[in-house]
Amino acid sequence: MTHSNRTVLVLLDPATEVRPSALELLTLARDLGRVEAVTLEAPTVEVLAQLGGHGVETVHQAELSRDGECVTGDERHLPAVVAAALAAAVRLTDADVVLLPTSFAAKEAAALAARDLGAGLVIDAASVREADGRVVAGKRVFAGAWDTECAVTTDVAVVTVRANSVVARPAPAAVEPVVEGYAVELAPSPVTLVSREVKADTSGRPPLDQAAVVVAGGRGTEGDFGPVVELADALGAAVGASRDAAFEGWWDTYVGQTGVTVAPRLYIGAGISGAPHHRGGMQASQVIVAVNSDPEAPIFEICDFAVVGELAEVLPQAAAEIRRRRG
Amino acid sequence: MPHGPASYGNPMRIVVTAKYVPDISTERGFADGRVVRTAAEGTLNELDENAIEAALQLVEAGRASGAVGADEGEVVVVTMAGPDGDMALRKAFQLGVDRGVRVTGDELAGSDYFGTAAVLAAAVRRLGQEAPVDLVVTGMAALDGLGSVVPTLLGAELGLPTLNLAKKVELADGVLTVTREVDDTTEVLSAPLPAVLSVTDGANSPRLPGFKLIMAARTKQIEVWSPADLGLAADAAGTAGARTEVLVAAPRPPRAEPEIVTDKGEGGIALADYLIRNDLVRPAEETR
Repeated sequence: MTHSNRTVLVLLDPATEVRPSALELLTLARDLGRVEAVTLEAPTVEVLAQLGGHGVETVHQAELSRDGECVTGDERHLPAVVAAALAAAVRLTDADVVLLPTSFAAKEAAALAARDLGAGLVIDAASVREADGRVVAGKRVFAGAWDTECAVTTDVAVVTVRANSVVARPAPAAVEPVVEGYAVELAPSPVTLVSREVKADTSGRPPLDQAAVVVAGGRGTEGDFGPVVELADALGAAVGASRDAAFEGWWDTYVGQTGVTVAPRLYIGAGISGAPHHRGGMQASQVIVAVNSDPEAPIFEICDFAVVGELAEVLPQAAAEIRRRRG
Repeated sequence: MPHGPASYGNPMRIVVTAKYVPDISTERGFADGRVVRTAAEGTLNELDENAIEAALQLVEAGRASGAVGADEGEVVVVTMAGPDGDMALRKAFQLGVDRGVRVTGDELAGSDYFGTAAVLAAAVRRLGQEAPVDLVVTGMAALDGLGSVVPTLLGAELGLPTLNLAKKVELADGVLTVTREVDDTTEVLSAPLPAVLSVTDGANSPRLPGFKLIMAARTKQIEVWSPADLGLAADAAGTAGARTEVLVAAPRPPRAEPEIVTDKGEGGIALADYLIRNDLVRPAEETR
């Protein structure tokens, strides 16, 4: 903990759960100053307890209205609405830093809030620290090949942080958060939300963008993700695909520059050649393992461990061995 | 920007913003805190091809409906780049766009997201002074920076409704409706034209350049505008206007030589052994 008198706002949207990435943001935020959360809805009792355990003293709950009418429902999660709530919260609390996760929706909200506030914006930071009174964010760029650091030169910094940037840890002492409502007046919206549907995840696996371990399958699966899923479940891992495999309809989420960017502790790519597009989405992973029948696959150039072989045989054998040795 | 009546039935005038980026299959790097962009290894940002394709399809749909003439409608590509950026515009010409504009000036180097959006918005406004612009289309991200926020900022700068990351695009009666799948959510959003639209790499399959277009692209005129032409203030973009300052840009050390096992029946056991040996397997109670 520093003795900085900065106020750091962390976006929690939705407020019905605290995802692993949110705990990481709170951990980073505590090193920068006093941590407060911003929500677009009432946090649940469980969420409040978790926030308290991570040192959040105040939760600012936006009360949205437009032309005197309350704004509720799905529209609250639209980036423009989230941005308005964040900007109003910064003005209310005189906050110095706003931290968000690096999802596509959060990036849009971050950009609009930063524009409104005249704030500096960093997208997809892997680290955030203070140096000489300025917020300094580190990024891993060009498919993980370069490290950069940049300082925010404005009074307010808006930063989206990639998942798995830090290991989340609770605050030294838990606190009891207070929820305070604040009014946010929204501008008329030229965009109409026709429908919004959040995919229910019934797999029991961790979300791909936040998982500590990821097993991904590519063309080499020939459409059968059974072995990929089996190894993932033995490891408690998330499952992803290459873009090709996803566009074939073999799996719904893919790892890559335009899909989900992952930087887990362990990444296992099976039947994935390692095209630039894919590497851009996973090359910042800490440990990279490849299984591929082609010994010339480019992914072997960036991995730590590899098996040259048929994934349909190697993956189930590895899964069985892990289950056996773990007991 | 002047608001024109826009729907099928009227010829559409579309601006596509494009970026000249280092080819992702080459070594990429920094010099003096900025991305190195050289003619030898630069290219049109691949994701901008999806934007060009979406724009061409909208213009062509109007022509196919018979409501507008075969030579009506226009797609203009705008890029902010040095002279090497002409390569990106030539590639856009090969795909069939009508006009290419490069906004260029030493003072634009080092622009952040906001500066980039301000310059592109100024170019769109200038095009709008010639004749109404119905739609601005962008790719979902540039493959060098991968920020994905310039389309959002461009829309805000122009004061236009912004529909981002569209996987499906429909236009009817001057209203644009998109379906987007972002993160774990599927949304359908709509807005009246004029608007800003960004499309994903799943929105369409960009066409291959035709021989005639390839030949014509070589000599097609590129319009070059300066920030002053666009009435931009000196600190609207470039290092002077940036809200962040690059402190460090350093290549990471290469990974150690990998351990490679060829499967002769026990490859899976070797894999499990590697994971356990390196403490990468969590205890059973922690796995779900």
